Amino acid sequence: MFVLIVGAGRVGSSVARNMLAEGHEVSCLDEDPESHARLEIGLDKPWEDLGGHFTVGTALELDALMAAGIERADVFVASTDGDNTNIIIAQLAKRRFNVPKVIVRILDPYRAKWYAEQGLNTICPTRVAIDMLEHEIRDTAERGTSGAPPAGAVDHEDADL
Amino acid sequence: MTERQYIIIVGAGKVGWNLARELIDKGNEVTVIESNRERYLTVEQELEHNVQYGDASELWVLERAGISRADMVIAVTGDDEDNMLICQVAKEKYLVSRIIARVNNPRNREHFDLLGIKPVVSATDLILRLIEHEVPEYGLVHLLDLPEQRLEIIEMELPANSRAAGTRVGDLSMPEGSLLISVLREGTGFVPNAETVLQSGDEILAVLDPRVEEDLTAYFGPDGSASS
Repeated sequence: MFVLIVGAGRVGSSVARNMLAEGHEVSCLDEDPESHARLEIGLDKPWEDLGGHFTVGTALELDALMAAGIERADVFVASTDGDNTNIIIAQLAKRRFNVPKVIVRILDPYRAKWYAEQGLNTICPTRVAIDMLEHEIRDTAERGTSGAPPAGAVDHEDADL
Repeated sequence: MTERQYIIIVGAGKVGWNLARELIDKGNEVTVIESNRERYLTVEQELEHNVQYGDASELWVLERAGISRADMVIAVTGDDEDNMLICQVAKEKYLVSRIIARVNNPRNREHFDLLGIKPVVSATDLILRLIEHEVPEYGLVHLLDLPEQRLEIIEMELPANSRAAGTRVGDLSMPEGSLLISVLREGTGFVPNAETVLQSGDEILAVLDPRVEEDLTAYFGPDGSASS
């Protein structure tokens, strides 16, 4: 599959590397040229040599999205650090470019919920954090204050770089 | 406006602040939302309870401002993404019947269209339009554009060598789908009748289907043999 990831921050770059390793064609668009270095963390060859694509550009510019290959994307991931940008480009990908699968990261849980109801495939890390924290507290309340790590806590070795 | 409306303005920059003043003067109920603390404190000295501090791209901020009873939401921040999404949720989530969005970067205009945000106001476009109005060489001024309804009203000055000059209105053969509605001559406008004879320098107003605009301008334009 051709996967286009807009926003190669910690989340976007990790997903990009892992998808490339799994044999997918991966293209990243980021406005910061330095993000290219983040893509190569832990790799023994340059990103391009491994078959990855990287485009510097602003996500809202159609030219940049097209240069990054949006017209042939099977999956579109909106993972910039701005909720507003993500929500808009996800709708562009869906309505204008008819990308079959569009996934959008929205940090604001309230808006994530509403846009999910409108048919956007949303991932809300804040919601996940809230649920995990609440789970831990409830778990502690039920079991007393014993120190066993709760299910779902992040193992350090799996943590994103 | 005859009826008192509840209007939410997002962004207390020069545009938002002055809009608020005017709309309050006209007797409307207005709430301005501003996300910059310093700017909020400045504007609050004048607008007092009519301005609220907060980021209107957060839904609870809009709800606190009473968006569900708003008659109109005007998004005039300096950020197109904010303006787009605030208008989108105002319209689709809170069912606000009238929205107006400011476009800062004209290249973003098509994004507003795609999200169904209209009408939009773009300072760049307004200035372009003023230039069209002030520079007669440009020839054609759009007074009203209703692209979806396939209707527009244009104003056009008949050039010195217009092939329509000297023609009775009754003898005009304007393109199908266009209609001459008014003539401005020496500062006075009138509705022509069949006997009216057009003159060079007349400004004509026509209503037409945008698809025949080129035919129409060619029809009233300079005689082909006389111009470059």
